[in-house]
Order: sequence, then C-alpha cells, then structure tokens
Amino acid sequence: MEPFALLLDTLTTTPSRKGKLSLLTDYFRSAPDPDRGFALAALTDGLFPRLPLRRSLATLLETRVDPVLYALSRDYVGDTAETVALMWPEPELREPAPRLAETVAALATAEPSEVAAILGHLLDRLDVRGRWALLKLVGGAPRVGVSARLAKTALAEMSGNDVADIEEIWHALTPPYTDLFQWLEGEGPRPDAGGKPVFRPLMLAHAIEEPDWAGFVPEEFAAEWKWDGIRVQVAAHGEHVRIFSRTGDDISRTFPDIVAAFEGYDVLLDGELLVARRGLVAPFNDLQQRLNRKVVTGRMLKEHPAHVRLYDLLIASGDDLRALSFRERRDRLETWHAAHAPPLTDVSPLVPFSTREELDALWTGARQDGIEGLMLKRWTSPYLSGRPRGHWFKWKRAALTLDCVLMYAQRGSGKRSSYYSDYTFGVWREIAEPTLEGPPRGDIYPGHELVPVGKAYSGMTDAELLEIDRFVRTHTVEQFGPVRAVEPRLVLEVAFDAIFPSSRHKSGLAMRFPRIHRIRWDKPPGEADTIDAARALMGAQAEDAGARRSKSLSD
Amino acid sequence: MNFSTIKNTMTAAGLDQWLYPTERGLYCEPAGVYIDPARAVDRAIITHGHSDHARPGHGAVLATPETIEVMKLRLGEDGAGRYESTAGRHALSINGVSVRLVPAGHILGSAQVVLDWNGQRAVVSGDYKRSADPTCDAFEPIACDVFVTEATFALPVFRHELAVREVGRLLASLRRNPERAHLVGAYGLGKCQRVIRLARDAGYDAPIYLHGAHLAMSELYQRLGVDLGDIRPVPDVKPAELAGALVLCPPAAVDDRWSRRFPDPVTAFASGWMRIKGRVRQSGVELPLVISDHADWPELIATVLETGAEDVWVTHGRDDALVYELSRRGLKARALALVGFEDEGE
Repeated sequence: MEPFALLLDTLTTTPSRKGKLSLLTDYFRSAPDPDRGFALAALTDGLFPRLPLRRSLATLLETRVDPVLYALSRDYVGDTAETVALMWPEPELREPAPRLAETVAALATAEPSEVAAILGHLLDRLDVRGRWALLKLVGGAPRVGVSARLAKTALAEMSGNDVADIEEIWHALTPPYTDLFQWLEGEGPRPDAGGKPVFRPLMLAHAIEEPDWAGFVPEEFAAEWKWDGIRVQVAAHGEHVRIFSRTGDDISRTFPDIVAAFEGYDVLLDGELLVARRGLVAPFNDLQQRLNRKVVTGRMLKEHPAHVRLYDLLIASGDDLRALSFRERRDRLETWHAAHAPPLTDVSPLVPFSTREELDALWTGARQDGIEGLMLKRWTSPYLSGRPRGHWFKWKRAALTLDCVLMYAQRGSGKRSSYYSDYTFGVWREIAEPTLEGPPRGDIYPGHELVPVGKAYSGMTDAELLEIDRFVRTHTVEQFGPVRAVEPRLVLEVAFDAIFPSSRHKSGLAMRFPRIHRIRWDKPPGEADTIDAARALMGAQAEDAGARRSKSLSD
Repeated sequence: MNFSTIKNTMTAAGLDQWLYPTERGLYCEPAGVYIDPARAVDRAIITHGHSDHARPGHGAVLATPETIEVMKLRLGEDGAGRYESTAGRHALSINGVSVRLVPAGHILGSAQVVLDWNGQRAVVSGDYKRSADPTCDAFEPIACDVFVTEATFALPVFRHELAVREVGRLLASLRRNPERAHLVGAYGLGKCQRVIRLARDAGYDAPIYLHGAHLAMSELYQRLGVDLGDIRPVPDVKPAELAGALVLCPPAAVDDRWSRRFPDPVTAFASGWMRIKGRVRQSGVELPLVISDHADWPELIATVLETGAEDVWVTHGRDDALVYELSRRGLKARALALVGFEDEGE
C-alpha cells in the first residue's frame, strides 16, 4: 500500500505530463504483481464502484473522533477522506501496513455491513499518506490528474509498445492485469481479445489547411456535418455492450440508455454521442450534464436523453470491415440501420454537394446548435486507426468573436505559475439602477458596467503572455490570493465556438472553447462589445437551427 | 472536588486583575508592561523577533539578547527607544513583578515570559513548538496558574511530520533531479535557517543559495553561533549554472518573476500548512514539506497539561477548537481574541 500511496501523493503535486509518466512507469516497473495491476485498475476504471463509504466512515468516526472537532476540521480541510486520514487516531503500536492486493481482497469480498470494520482495521495499519490513499481508492476516483489514457501511455512507454496495441485488448482484460504485464515485459503472449466487446482505436481527422484544398476534388469526397458531441465507439456482442470514448475509456455505466438500445446486436460502430430531444440536438452543455457521472438518475435519463448519431460500421457479425472503402462501409451502415434501427440512434446524414462553392456555402451557414462544421471523408479510404494524412478532414466553422475587457487575471500552474495567464473578461451592460455604494462605475463607458462572460487561458503567444502579465502587474486594483482584479483597460478579442445561456457567469452567458484571438492594445475599452451583441450571437444560432432542422432530420 | 483542585482554582482566580488583554495587546498592570503589543507602547516585553510580535516604535523593549539582535537587524538600531536584554535566565523585577524569559523552542531567541506576582504565576508562551530544532533552545515547560498559548495549528488534523524526515525528502529530490534547481519557499526568520541546519546535519555540504531577503538574517544566525555552512547570495549567472542548486527564498518568490531565472526548478514550500492538500494546491508547489515552527495539536494539548495550569488563555489561531478540547478535558479555557497576530507566514 505504501508505494501506491506515495505514487498517488506525488502525482497530485506533479504538474507536467512528462513527470507523471515517469512516476507511473517507475511504479509499474518496480511494484510487484498483483499490486501494480490493482493500482492500474484504480487509476483507470476504478476499483470499488459500490462500497458504502460514507456510511462506513460515519460508523467508524462515531467511536473515535469527537463530532465537534471533526466538524471544525472538515470545514477547514474541505475534503472528507483527507480529514479522516489526517485526524485518524494513531494506534499505540501499528501492525505492518497491508499490501495493495491484500487491501483489495479484504474489501472486494466484504458484505456492506462488514465494510466499516474492515476499513477501520486497515486504517489502523497505515500512516497518514496510506490512510489518504486508501480512502481515495475506496471513494472511487482518486482524482490525481491521471487519465486512463495517460496510465496506458505509461504502460506503452515502459514496454516500447504502441498505446493503440494496449487499447485494443484493454477491455478484454480484468484486474489485476497479470497477463497484460507479462506480455508487456516480454514474458507472455499478447492477451487474446477474442469474442469480447473491445475497443478499436479510432480513425481521426486532420483540420483542413490551405494546401489541402489544392488537391481537393469534390467527387472524391463525402461531406457530413461535424456534430458537437463526443465521439464514441459502440461495441455490442450479444448481451455485452460497451460504450467507449475516443480514448478508449469505458463510459457504458454513464449511458445505460444507449447500452440498452444496442443489446442483442453483434456490431462495432463509430458515432457521435449527443443529447437529443425529439430528434433535436441539444447544446453541448446538456451533454456535459451527463458526462463524468458515475450514477445516472432516472430524471437525468428523462431530461437529458442520449442519442448516437452513427458515422461508420467497423465490424458486423464478426466481419471486420475496416479494410473496405468508406463508400462500401457507408452502404453497409445504412443497410444495417434500415434493417434494425435501434432506438436512440440515427445515421449522420451525408451532405450533398458537387462544387467547392456549394461546400463553402454550406460551411458558412453552419451555425446551428450541435453543428461544429463539416467533415470531409475520402470515398476510397479504409478505416485506419490514428490520424492518417489525406483521408479525413475536419473543417470547423469560423469562430465567433467578441471584443471583451480584461477584468481578472489569475496565475497559471506548473511552468506558468509565475505568469498571470488565466483571464476573466467581460462585456458592457447598462446599469439598471445606479447605486451610491461600491466603486465608481460607468466612468469608462458612461452608464455601463462590465459583467464577466468567460474565462480563457490559451490562444496567446509566449511574447503576448509576457505583455499581458506586465499589464496585469501594473494595473492591479485589488488582489485576492492568486487572483488580481485589473483596471478595465485592456481589450481582448476573444474567439469561441458558441455562446449559450449559463449561470456560471454574472452575465448569464458562457462560451464554448473561448481563447484569446488577439490583444487589442489599440482599442479603447469603452468601444468593446456589449452584452446585447453577445446575446445576438446566441440568437443567430437559434434562428439558424430552426432553418436547418428539417434538413438534418430528413434522413 | 478534591482539595488540590480547589486550591488551584483559588490561585488562578483574580489573575486577570493584573494580566489582561487590551486593545494594544496583553498588559501586565503592576509591571506597566505589554507583551508583544500590536501597537507602539512605552514598555514592551517581546517574546521573539517575528514581525507580528516584534513591532517598531516601543519606548523600551525587554527581550533575549538574540531577539534584540534580530529586532535591530529588522527594525534598525532605533527600532525601539531602548533595548534591554535579559542576562542569562535570571529573573528580574519590574515594580515588584518578577519577570523571567524561558526558551520557547520556536526560533532563535524565542522565549516564554514567566510572570510572578502576589503568589500567582502566569506564563505567556508566545509562539512555541516541542519538536527538536538545532537552531534554538528547546521549550521548557514551567508550572503555572495561567498559561497563555498560541493556537496556530490547533485542529486535530495538524500532526506535523518529523522535520528531519522532510528535509531528507528534499535532499532525496535533489539527488533524483540533479539537473533542476530546488527552490524552497521558507519564512525568512527561523524556518529558513532550520532547513539549512537540518540539511547540513544530513550531510549536505554544497553551497546553499539565498534570496536577498534571507541572506542578512542567516548571516546574523551565523554570528550568533548557528553554523549554517557555506551560504551565498543567488549569483547572477546563466540559468544552466544553477542546475541542481539548493535555493531558499520567501514563499511568495517561489512562483514570482524572480524565480524565472532558474532552470525548470522543483518548487518546494516548508510550512506546517503543507499538511493540507488544499493548501498545497493553492501554493502550487511540487514538493510540499511539512515543517513547522509551531506546536501541532498533540503538542498543544500535552504542553497545556504539563504546565498544570487551571486556566488557559488562547491568543491567536484556531482558538475555537483548542478552547473546546480543553473545556472537554475539564480545564478553564478562553479565547483572548488579541488582534495583530498572523499565521500565514509560517
């Protein structure tokens, strides 16, 4: 347990991807089986989804910790697991710490009523770091800044394999992954994925660039809308259905409605996961409500119904179709869907065009909720894992922009920790009722005040970052910890993909993918955009959506 | 109720008639002297040199010789009208009040103020700790009727690590990352020198580089007999030449512009607050070191019990938890709510 606890603890303070990878590979190389396999499980899919942690802790604390002192401590620390780990009474004589595998074995087979006692005994045997790690482990997601993908990348690095090779068999494997480690260390065969619903690494598109257009022949390409959800792979094999994210994370548990829709089939499909109501794609924000949720309530399913818009058919009844051309796979997809039509699915329609001009017009008009732009796919391309050149292109619609005024700046993290690199910016709003309290307002744009509309920390060059950093330091009006409020003087031209109603900011609006497009040193802040201009961009989308609705549902 | 309890209650009773909190700080009326006052006063006793305890402008200051040296460095020769140092550990009398300064174990020169008057004894401990510190004398528990304590880390979640072990982690990280400078944020008076001394004790004999703000104080420590080895100002050289260097600086400098001169530094922060992950996240450092110059929760409770005081006054910090716990144990305890003390620098 101790090496694993040290790994988790060190990961929480290691900002760089490189540093994390090196910690992970060191651990996987040095930790014995089956400990390392359970550690891998904890970092990827989680180990104990259903342990009654909250109730068990309450039982344990009752006899060990004063409730008033616990409440004061919990308030200060802000995290239950950490509070318990820190204030857990040290036994006079500590038994040797359990190994990770022993911990897992003790908890995995426990009846719910036994969990408290077992947990208490384990906590008695661990030091503060071990206790924290144990409670994080039991709590489900350790949240130490390691994605499943990163953990698999570490496995690839330690063994010299391609991460795609690991992902292909990943979902056929179970903790503690002894067969996987044997293969990675050259001491066993590659585990066999046969028959089980497994993930096949996806084919990804390149953003189309100017030189690509030179060789663009309209007849050679199919066009589809680029839907703004998340890319998924649906693997159905009889009663086993798995939904995988683009990176191979198993998200089936979050989408039981989709799982149910595919039960009984034997296919591997590529598609876009969306939230759709009566066939209408909801904004990405709605999908966000369902992502990252381990437990899905009935209400969630009803109010945020999931939907898969299918792009491609990779395997059908055991036949691997990936070597076929896109045209042939597309035919097979349409035929398959016409015959079976699982609920909560449709096929992403092809967008007909015959000239570059028609395509341009389609792209320019693409401003509907749920549409991010166009996808161009070569009719003759096979399905190739990874991001091969020259086959699929994504053509994102032009970003929206607003001229906003910098209001707050916050220090970044890691390499950027000495720079003010995270910016909150606002647009002007008419002051409804002037008040006498607070700082003087309306002196830059009479009768108006700034309301925050978004936050961005990318898009600027290193040189621009330095310039904004200097501006922030010399124009600070107030400082709260790592955040500085600045004089409303600097206009930032912010680019973003969409803007939608949200309670996140005081303006009642929030942006999708905001980034700093340009710094407008030249522009007087009073000439920055107003909230009405921001709302108008949202309105334009809604109207567009109405116009295009019939088209997207015609298939 | 047994006899000794009654007797003790009797002795502590009325003590607050001659020692009590005022707007300027804790005041001993018969002696006419304030202890660590928050504002300038005629006569002050200063427990130690941290700026929230040793403020400028007092008419006369009584303190240990080391604290006076620290004050002179920080505030200048004219930081007080007159400095009086206690010779050794002898008690001296101020208007009939016996005053004695006894080591508090917090930083070099730090002292508890032992006040005897009319058969009653109060100990004002200032800031203190019980764990070992090679840069200062260890805390001495003194039996008393009223014990005045700090409460900086007065929550049961605070149990500090062994400082020796934490410095061991720092040195291990230096060995593991020889190409990176190690930038340790540490409070400039006490913490900085303790970390250096512990590194020396662990066999680290390379030069240790100090931010300008830390150098003068560390040199004073050397003059006062605390050997810190080869300490130097951060040289004005190319970043690459500072690879693998151990550097100490004020906590705020770790992630400020000053730190950009170091090659991909490992950032560290030596503080009792590093016990809490939220505070680690806030500080943004890579290597949190749980090293504190204040008593942790078990030390606070043990110290109070050791003094045998019936009545405990809590000056600053998380007084609610400590007052609650002491009351639970049958002691009289109350918060003084003195103004002017800070705990962020720790």
